[in-house]
Amino acid sequence: MRQSIHSRTDSPLIVCEHVSCTYGNAPVLSDVYFNINRGEFVGIVGPSGSGKTTLIKAIIGAQPVAHGSITIASQLTIGYVPQVETVDWYFPVTVEEVIVMTRAKTKLWPRITSQERTEVREVLEKLGIADVAHRHIRELSGGQQQRVFLARAMFCQPDILVLDEPTSGVDVRTRHEILHLLADLHQDGLTILLTTHDLNGLAAHLPRLVCLNKTVIADGNPREVLTSKVLEATYGAPMEVLEHGGMPLVVDHGRVAMRGEGK
Amino acid sequence: MIIALDIFEPYGFQFFRNGLVVATIAGALCGLLGVFVILRGMSYIGHGLSHAVFGGAAASAVIKVNYFLGAGIWGVVSGLLIARVARRRVIGADAAIGVVTTASFALGLALMNRYGQASKSIEAVLFGSVLGVKVADIYAVALVALLGLAVVILGYRKLLFSTFDRDVAQVSNVRVSLVEAVLLAMISLTILVTMRVIGTLLISALLVIPAASARMTTNSFSRLLWISPIIGAVTCFVGMNLSYHLDTSASATIILLDAFVFVVVYAIAGTRNRAKMASLGRL
Repeated sequence: MRQSIHSRTDSPLIVCEHVSCTYGNAPVLSDVYFNINRGEFVGIVGPSGSGKTTLIKAIIGAQPVAHGSITIASQLTIGYVPQVETVDWYFPVTVEEVIVMTRAKTKLWPRITSQERTEVREVLEKLGIADVAHRHIRELSGGQQQRVFLARAMFCQPDILVLDEPTSGVDVRTRHEILHLLADLHQDGLTILLTTHDLNGLAAHLPRLVCLNKTVIADGNPREVLTSKVLEATYGAPMEVLEHGGMPLVVDHGRVAMRGEGK
Repeated sequence: MIIALDIFEPYGFQFFRNGLVVATIAGALCGLLGVFVILRGMSYIGHGLSHAVFGGAAASAVIKVNYFLGAGIWGVVSGLLIARVARRRVIGADAAIGVVTTASFALGLALMNRYGQASKSIEAVLFGSVLGVKVADIYAVALVALLGLAVVILGYRKLLFSTFDRDVAQVSNVRVSLVEAVLLAMISLTILVTMRVIGTLLISALLVIPAASARMTTNSFSRLLWISPIIGAVTCFVGMNLSYHLDTSASATIILLDAFVFVVVYAIAGTRNRAKMASLGRL
């Protein structure tokens, strides 16, 4: 099943047309079609192995596309925030060095300039971690680490922010902080695309969701997309959707069954 | 006075002075490039390439072709073969290195067995030879060291970015494949010009141990790029002197000294970390 509910009102920044990707001979994505318009805040949800990270990597150009095409608007600057699990936290590098890395293409001289230091301070202040510039990345809390990589993505003044699982492995408070931070950035006019496993804590709060399982199962507003039918087609397991505080609340039937057996 | 004279005795020999200069520069160069080798998890590539180049060196000696030309071409071909086999993803890069370089090394050994007259030159490549160092070797090592320094200074940001986060570097328009090719070429050149002094079998250690020791002393990438070459240069300088007085192989003495420094730094770093953890526990 594939539905396209989202209405297009603006010129797209990214257009994915019939995109297929493979690892060896194994298909990871098949005939994916969707686009992202300027100013949107889009979440991609799906089970592990559904191709969320592959799609993100194909969009940023780090994963070859086997079939189809991804069209990126000209002069588009993408700020990418990888999964924190993929970062080598023991790498000998300070927060400041991480952030200025995105200038590697244009700056030849190794030393960080005073202008760059000022810009680093500004972006860190904006993200609420002004005092960590000279600390080693391993000395930070989970939330601070996530913000540092967000700061690095922001440093290149991107047109679109692409985040892979930004709330993976963080506590509830940090998740709230990240969600509010992203909402503020979106409010300032930034286009945001992210992947998440977190249906209730993050996905349900976004204006637009894309359900992915190798291909796009559904695309639209959370109220329209987060339905039992779509979620079962996406996750391959029965899931109930309730309403709580005017928002969809996904209940995993497996968990309910486990609790029932426990009793 | 007698002790002082003894210490300076080897400096009376031209071969020792040449060997000392080459070994010290080589130590600094390997220490510098070794930072990228250990941070990129490429230790096995240094090991593999030095073995692969041995095949080229042996072939050059047998067919009487210039050593640098023969071993250099051989090293480049081995590197390309490794990249080609690894890119197909049927086997991992480590397995590709294992297959290509051990085959090349075995070919070198076979040539050594078959053509005995070339064995002296081949053994010099295998174990290193301070006696064989010529002024041309000093120029070659110094030139590659300057080139390496220029590459690291001018490519610092690109090297750091692509080492720390390959995918994002690529997204940020850094030509990661070019950066990696330049780094691999520098490592190959380093192996080529230092092999005759410290030997194929031990060169990979010099590309790993000083950088590994330095890594335990600092959390700053820029400081690491200073500390590692200093450790490499000092251990090579002291190791060469020790080898003369102890009448041991120069390469073996240098590497043993590097290993000793590693053990000492490891012990100190471990004690410091435990003290830090204990102080955190008291808070």
